[in-house]
Amino acid sequence: MTPQAVEAPRARLGGPLKLAVPRGALWGETLDALDRIGLDTAEMRADSRALVFNSNGLTLVTMRPSDVPTYVEAGAADLGITGKDVLLEQSDRIVYEILDLGYGACRMVLAGREGDESLGEAERRLGGMRIATKYPRVAERYFEETGRQAEVIEVKGSVELAPLVGLADGIVDLVATGRTLEENGLEIREEIAASSARLVANRVSHKLRAAEVDNLVERLRRGKS
Amino acid sequence: MIHPIPPGSRDILPDEMRELRALQSTLIELFEGFGYGQVATPTLEYDEVLQRGEGRSGLGAYRFFDERGELLALRSDMTIPIARLVATRFADVPPPLRFSYVGNAYRIVRPQRGQVRQFMHAGIELIGSSAPEGTAEVLGVLSAALDAVGLNRAVLGLGDADLYRQLLTELGVEGEDRGRILDRLAEHNLVGLEAAVDEVEGLDAHGRETLLRLPGLRGGAEVLEQAHELGGIAVERAAQRLQETYDLLVERGVAGRVQLDLSLLRDLGYYTGAIVEIYDPALGHILGGGGRYDELIGRFGRAMPAAGFGLYLERVHLAQMEEERLTRGRSADARARDSATRERSEKGPL
Repeated sequence: MTPQAVEAPRARLGGPLKLAVPRGALWGETLDALDRIGLDTAEMRADSRALVFNSNGLTLVTMRPSDVPTYVEAGAADLGITGKDVLLEQSDRIVYEILDLGYGACRMVLAGREGDESLGEAERRLGGMRIATKYPRVAERYFEETGRQAEVIEVKGSVELAPLVGLADGIVDLVATGRTLEENGLEIREEIAASSARLVANRVSHKLRAAEVDNLVERLRRGKS
Repeated sequence: MIHPIPPGSRDILPDEMRELRALQSTLIELFEGFGYGQVATPTLEYDEVLQRGEGRSGLGAYRFFDERGELLALRSDMTIPIARLVATRFADVPPPLRFSYVGNAYRIVRPQRGQVRQFMHAGIELIGSSAPEGTAEVLGVLSAALDAVGLNRAVLGLGDADLYRQLLTELGVEGEDRGRILDRLAEHNLVGLEAAVDEVEGLDAHGRETLLRLPGLRGGAEVLEQAHELGGIAVERAAQRLQETYDLLVERGVAGRVQLDLSLLRDLGYYTGAIVEIYDPALGHILGGGGRYDELIGRFGRAMPAAGFGLYLERVHLAQMEEERLTRGRSADARARDSATRERSEKGPL
């Protein structure tokens, strides 16, 4: 903690419950889920630049899905919605995983080039595969658990590029329909995990605001499409 | 010149040190007042000693070899060194024994997580006094300590470490299934818990419902009634243990800040029976924890029931600052309201 940080308001448990809402792939379906429990999301749908919204006694804070565990762990948000893929990658964040919201279903897979054996060949002749991914921890854990050695290369942008230009023999990535893989001449070789949107809670909020948290969880459970 | 220090550690400068020192001495004097004499143990222990206490290895302690090739560890916790001290130095002294401590402990951190390698821990150990009286005494001291440092709103979450182990045994869940369910409970991953429970073969609907509903039970005395409705020997016994402790806490006048919590499962390997977590509404992290560890001292050769708690002082300090700021905010609001009222009354009725 730096001295300057002291005057900034710290995460504080009080006032309306704060719910972290993911922008990006889960945005639309999350807003639909919030509609179904009777929240007014018109303002959020209309104004794409504002970050914080108030709706029916809740404060909705919008952010990248991968930031949700960070805010919730610190108590800057009491609850949050994010993908299981994010939780798997950040498994050391202490947040309570409360509910599978069902939408945003996709799979974490190992993929290689269609009809190309370089994954197997690399393993056989070079002792290990080179794998490009945005999920280095998931990938490392997976290869460790399956007793294989792999050089995991973290990339930030389109992972599909890496095997096409020879940066990697294969990729570990999230797949919803598989169309992106197909368009880039890649195919699924192994499934690592299933993912969908999850509701997570801060550890202290889950205890000290138990009734409010349980109420919201119950409404979201009932509202599941 | 800039000379770096390892991430997760920091220098403490006079302003902060003054406040931390005040915090430490408030706590230590309070502990002494309750008869808990302060002890200090070495920062370095033989790794074998810490592992004997943990009952398993590798819980994030820094380890290294000394000049003779002995494996040493930086203490990651204050309770195990005190268990060692009691068995070695107080082998013949009649119980109960009461000790307090304040000191630094060390744990391995993951980079870029804002985790600290070194943290200041203060707490007490009550050795040779069994449940529920011993537990209630420890929680009474804890409550007084929180008041003494100005955290009047702090809450004690009280659960039972044996509940799920005994419940799974009662339900006949063993082996990998058992390990998976306990892991999910410790992470408080309710989605994963449901999946793990559904993988158990031959579990009846009632057993399933009990395992899935218990982790949601937290609150006042009504929680024990809800547990009672779920039934079963293990749940019944845990509810009974909690009830006995809770009744004593009512007598001591601290039950008002206690939240009964059947979802608690602390990650340290030595807890038995009552377990405690400490929360303050001003902070999103737990302030500390504790509970009973009736088997720990026995691992060092003198079997005695025991209980204790430890507070993370840096977090307590942070919560103090937050509470002060909130109080300032409230009194500023009150002043603003007062002056508005005065203005209105000076202007006369509108």
